[in-house]
Amino acid sequence: MNNSMTNLEKIRKSLSRRNRAEGLFRWAGRVAIFLGLMAVVVLFVDIIGKGHGAFRIAYIELDIDYDPEKIGIENLSDPQQLAGADWQALPKAALNKQFPGITSRGDKRSLYGLISNGAGYDLKDRLMANPLLLGDQERVWILTDDDIDTYYKSWLAGEPYAARLSDKQVEWIAELHEHGKIRLQFNANFFTRGDSREPEQAGIRGALVGSLFTLALTLIFSFPVGVAAAIYLEEFAPKNGWTDFIEVNINNLAAVPSIIFGLLGLAIFINFFHVPRSVPIVGGLVLTLMTLPTIIISSRAAIKSVPPSIREAALGMGASKYQMVLHHVLPLAMPGMLTGAIIGMAQALGESAPLLMIGMVAFIVDIPGGFSDPATVLPVQIFLWADSPERAFIEKTSAAIMVLLSFLIVMNASAVWLRKRLERRW
Amino acid sequence: MAVTNILILVFGLGVFAFYLGRARSLAIAKPLGGIRYLHSLPSYYGFHSALWCALPALLLLALWVVFDDPLINSIVADSVTGSQAAGDTASYNLLMNKISNVSAGILPRDGRDPEILAAADLMTRLQTLSRWALTALILTLSITGLAWGWSRTSQVFRARQVVENVVEKLLLGCACVAILTTLGIVLSVLFESIQFFRSVPIFDFVFGLEWSPQTAIREDQVGSSGSFGAVPLFVGTLLVSAVAMFVAVPVGLMSAIYLAEYASKATRSYAKPALEILAGIPTVVYGFFAALTVAPFLRDLGESFGLSVSSESALAAGGVMGVMIIPFISSLADDVITAVPQSMRDGSLAMGATKSETVRKVIIPAALPGIVSGIMLAISRAIGETMIVVMAAGMAANLTANPMESVTTVTVQIVTLLTGDQEFDSPKTLAAFALGLMLFTVTLLLNIFALQIVKKYREQYE
Repeated sequence: MNNSMTNLEKIRKSLSRRNRAEGLFRWAGRVAIFLGLMAVVVLFVDIIGKGHGAFRIAYIELDIDYDPEKIGIENLSDPQQLAGADWQALPKAALNKQFPGITSRGDKRSLYGLISNGAGYDLKDRLMANPLLLGDQERVWILTDDDIDTYYKSWLAGEPYAARLSDKQVEWIAELHEHGKIRLQFNANFFTRGDSREPEQAGIRGALVGSLFTLALTLIFSFPVGVAAAIYLEEFAPKNGWTDFIEVNINNLAAVPSIIFGLLGLAIFINFFHVPRSVPIVGGLVLTLMTLPTIIISSRAAIKSVPPSIREAALGMGASKYQMVLHHVLPLAMPGMLTGAIIGMAQALGESAPLLMIGMVAFIVDIPGGFSDPATVLPVQIFLWADSPERAFIEKTSAAIMVLLSFLIVMNASAVWLRKRLERRW
Repeated sequence: MAVTNILILVFGLGVFAFYLGRARSLAIAKPLGGIRYLHSLPSYYGFHSALWCALPALLLLALWVVFDDPLINSIVADSVTGSQAAGDTASYNLLMNKISNVSAGILPRDGRDPEILAAADLMTRLQTLSRWALTALILTLSITGLAWGWSRTSQVFRARQVVENVVEKLLLGCACVAILTTLGIVLSVLFESIQFFRSVPIFDFVFGLEWSPQTAIREDQVGSSGSFGAVPLFVGTLLVSAVAMFVAVPVGLMSAIYLAEYASKATRSYAKPALEILAGIPTVVYGFFAALTVAPFLRDLGESFGLSVSSESALAAGGVMGVMIIPFISSLADDVITAVPQSMRDGSLAMGATKSETVRKVIIPAALPGIVSGIMLAISRAIGETMIVVMAAGMAANLTANPMESVTTVTVQIVTLLTGDQEFDSPKTLAAFALGLMLFTVTLLLNIFALQIVKKYREQYE
């Protein structure tokens, strides 16, 4: 009696401590969730904060005089003249007219530094599209140099970053701004051009197309093979050592680091089968092997979720095993398989490590036109830009990440939608 | 004809064969009184013809594509033996490159050695011959197959069984791709590693304390000792992974416990997918975030405390990697925690334990094997993670346990050794495969071990 009283007292005494521990534990859980969610928020805010500026870029308005003598061209259809023409002379002359009285070499250089190196070629494209302009004059918005763009944006935001500009350039920009001759426009180049060493001319089109080709091949190879393997393992495989061995292999491959697949691609596809480097074919093959386990595992789950009664009914009606699978199980499992395939493709779209091994990191300006053209993919483009020293590439990289993430969000959202919409529960 | 065109042709013929076979079976069935007097459905006869038409041709095509180039190369190489072809592989490759470039018209022909010109011409001739022979053979094979399949079509022919048998073999073949992949991985890293260990003793590699893979071009070059001691890389990898685990395990585990045991259904349905967003973000994005946001932040933070944090510190790379792994751990832990039967919770609560005591003393011990195996899988993932460390960790191999210093990892070195054009048989590139072998073995062991733990220690309820 006495003993149990003391026990009760003990429990009572310890109660406040235990309740405190309970509260602490609960708070630890809340803090953990909060930290995880904070990481998501910080990541997105950081990327969007850095990258949203890249969708607009500074242009300067100049009066361009398409003087045939200045360019050194008379006949626009003569390839030799076109090759020898000095297109950059056009915007340079316009700049001289805009800011007269600049004579010293250094000042001239910083004056010409206001505009992009590629501005002349943009004018060439304009002229080629409309040959009547030759000898005529026109007011054109000209692309600025990346340093000018960075400065102008930071100046508009109220924290000017003028480290890479001369004092004269700062003055000129203020003057242009006063006259409304410099402004931010939608950066169409970012979506229509390939890579470039000049940040203001660099775009993600090449990488996007490369990603598209690579992903298309990955889908073409991995979906049929993955579904076939899943069907075999779920419906036809006998219970024996060989089947177990296949399953062990699939589960292991799902956990192998992706870079190992790059080594495989390098040693087998490139060095043994002599597939050319840097092309979507080899990238697609490597990503196929990498995503195959994901697709097989999710397809098997989808097949498993089809109830046995459906199989029995089909077999009872006299269908052969293949007819049962092909006509009944497969259509019912298809939404689940497609969901798995989309998730596998999203994984492949974001993957870059194995592609570094097989040469898809090359600097490629041209937009690839086929499966055997050298190409790079969006994540690798992000990696390349992140490595570039130019400050303007930070903005570009973040913007490219935003594009990549929006693709991934769309893919994952459609997978969720598909699952909710089409998957049946029995 | 190019390979893609041949492929299209074979597929076209296959479709044609399908319709021919089907039409023949229908024609046979008609006087008999309908398709129910045939052994199989008409489409099976069609598939039978199509398979005979396409399969042997595709097989031949695959073999041809694989053995075409090596065979031509060896014939061409034989034709120039003597003055040109020296014994070693490097000069052989150089010679073959030269010949194939001349043959493809990339290198100009004037001023070349006549022997090379002759070899290049031979190569061009052989390649044209090979293409023509391939086209002719494939066409003959498809059409013969088509005719054979077509002629076998009869009332009693068991087309369904034949077709289903072939399809089963094809399905088995697809399933075996996984085995082939594993085999390919093992063979590729193993062979190159063996070659590497011929020039660098395996003992020096595994236990050596100095890593500087630049082999000297000149004798007196500075900083190009070419030593391949991988211990600094292993230590660096472990350090980064340890930092990652230090972030991921507490956060992942606590959020799994909170979501499974405490959170309301509504909170759970929002917080769980939100956390899983972290798993869907590409690693290159984390790498960018680590290198450009977290690393400078940590450096400035360290400075304000008077500490010198390297801008490529293991802390930044590991911390961000930990964030990446949080959802991995939390979803695995969530699965095993929710799998613990409700009766155990009820029992513990009925005995007067608080909720947290139930979690700590009943649920966690019951779920421990699953949690431990999840953590081991997470470690294997951290070790193999590449992009974050390539972008945010250093290149220099420092042997240190200080997370504020810059370290390098196995994966970083694989990437730096293999990107760019190098000759393939220098110890520098082969070292990457030896590192790959290490990486593959360690992650494989971790995975097997993780599965073993679950198998061995899982408590069976009911």
